[in-house]
Amino acid sequence: MPEPASNRAPETGAFFQRDRHWHPPAFTPGYKSSVLRSPQKALIAFDNTLSELTGPVFGHAMLGELDNDLIHNFARPGESAIGERIIVYGRVLDERGRGVPGVLLEFWQANAGGRYRHKKDGYLAPLDPNFGGCGRAITGEDGGYAFRTVRPGPYPWPNGPNDWRPAHIHFSAFGHGFAQRLITQMYFEGDPLIWRCPIVGGISNKRAVEALIAALDMQSTIPMDALAYKFDIVLRGRRSTLFENRPEGN
Amino acid sequence: MAQSLDRLKESPSQTAGPYVHIGLTPNFCGIGGVYDSDLGSAMVNGETKGERIELRIRVLDGTGTPLKDALIEIWQADAAGLYNSPAEMRGAADPNFQGWGRQPTDMETGVCLFQTIKPGRVPFRDGRLMAPHTTLWIVARGINIGLHTRLYFSDEEEANAEDPILARIEHRVRVPTLIAERQGDTYVFDVHLQGEKETVFFDS
Repeated sequence: MPEPASNRAPETGAFFQRDRHWHPPAFTPGYKSSVLRSPQKALIAFDNTLSELTGPVFGHAMLGELDNDLIHNFARPGESAIGERIIVYGRVLDERGRGVPGVLLEFWQANAGGRYRHKKDGYLAPLDPNFGGCGRAITGEDGGYAFRTVRPGPYPWPNGPNDWRPAHIHFSAFGHGFAQRLITQMYFEGDPLIWRCPIVGGISNKRAVEALIAALDMQSTIPMDALAYKFDIVLRGRRSTLFENRPEGN
Repeated sequence: MAQSLDRLKESPSQTAGPYVHIGLTPNFCGIGGVYDSDLGSAMVNGETKGERIELRIRVLDGTGTPLKDALIEIWQADAAGLYNSPAEMRGAADPNFQGWGRQPTDMETGVCLFQTIKPGRVPFRDGRLMAPHTTLWIVARGINIGLHTRLYFSDEEEANAEDPILARIEHRVRVPTLIAERQGDTYVFDVHLQGEKETVFFDS
């Protein structure tokens, strides 16, 4: 049997540099909120130090039984959230294609009507008394994770006069080093709003957008219960330490 | 054509949006009963070693207005300069200090408070010591990719003067944007996203 990844010696190589052209830039005027919130000076680059190579660890023991079940984790006993029942599953990989175990994933979303349980959200669509909108999971040895939820609705938002967000689920990922910290959003295959969205539009490369679109997977559905979408997340890879750069004298 | 390197690309970042609290600090925004407490809300306990300090942080936009919907995470070494992480090979960190904290900015004032300890010095790649510092990661509506910066301490002048990262900043006039000012046991730190006082952000 292969050794569980979590028993391997921790890797300490520096992370691959971030491809800033693949990510959306800070300033994307089509998304108006970015205009006054985007740094304008050049980022100062440096190779990772221990402060970026290290990161906190989250153990499976912190998870509650319903943390990965948004259909039930806020619902009254015996009740469940309204909406199209789905399973979201996938793997967290690094840029070398290896599963990353022990990644804390936190996700949040609007309800089936496109309304968030948040005092700043005033959309007409009603709250669902049985839906909170948050969940979390920690990836297994192969980087795998899964959770149940309802498909979130699209919603209008104050940006242009008539902008709508495509249906999406927010993801926060905690890799092994603080430099891998990432927040992104998952979109749904076939949603025509994806290509009209000013936030998505901040990403200039079509393939990069497609990397955020989850695929419908009929083979992972539960008949008479839930559809399934596969969403893999890729975190920065780590340089191997074949020939480590050592200071003089070592 | 040459052989493929078979690499994947990092998932593109997307903004945390205005409702980041639902996912990362649900109790703070009134979603109770799902998690016992908000992750990262308490960094120290009675056993934690080191000098107790408070970090008082604001994030200001290009007009100088504090963000009231931002979320800040911090990551730092313990009082002895050790990180509580499997990638820390120099020794075991204080078991009573995880080193990581997460706080939303206050919805009325924009102020974000961390109760933590003063971190020790951590070596740079070549063995020289870096000055005590806390790493910050900032997300919010309008921020397309999380911002990475550092908070250094105003009462560490000597260490700051020899810090290899601060030394990299060509425009010396920008160095003070990374130095929090000590007021009693509190360090006050304003992060300016734009403008003349724009904080130094890193790509590492």
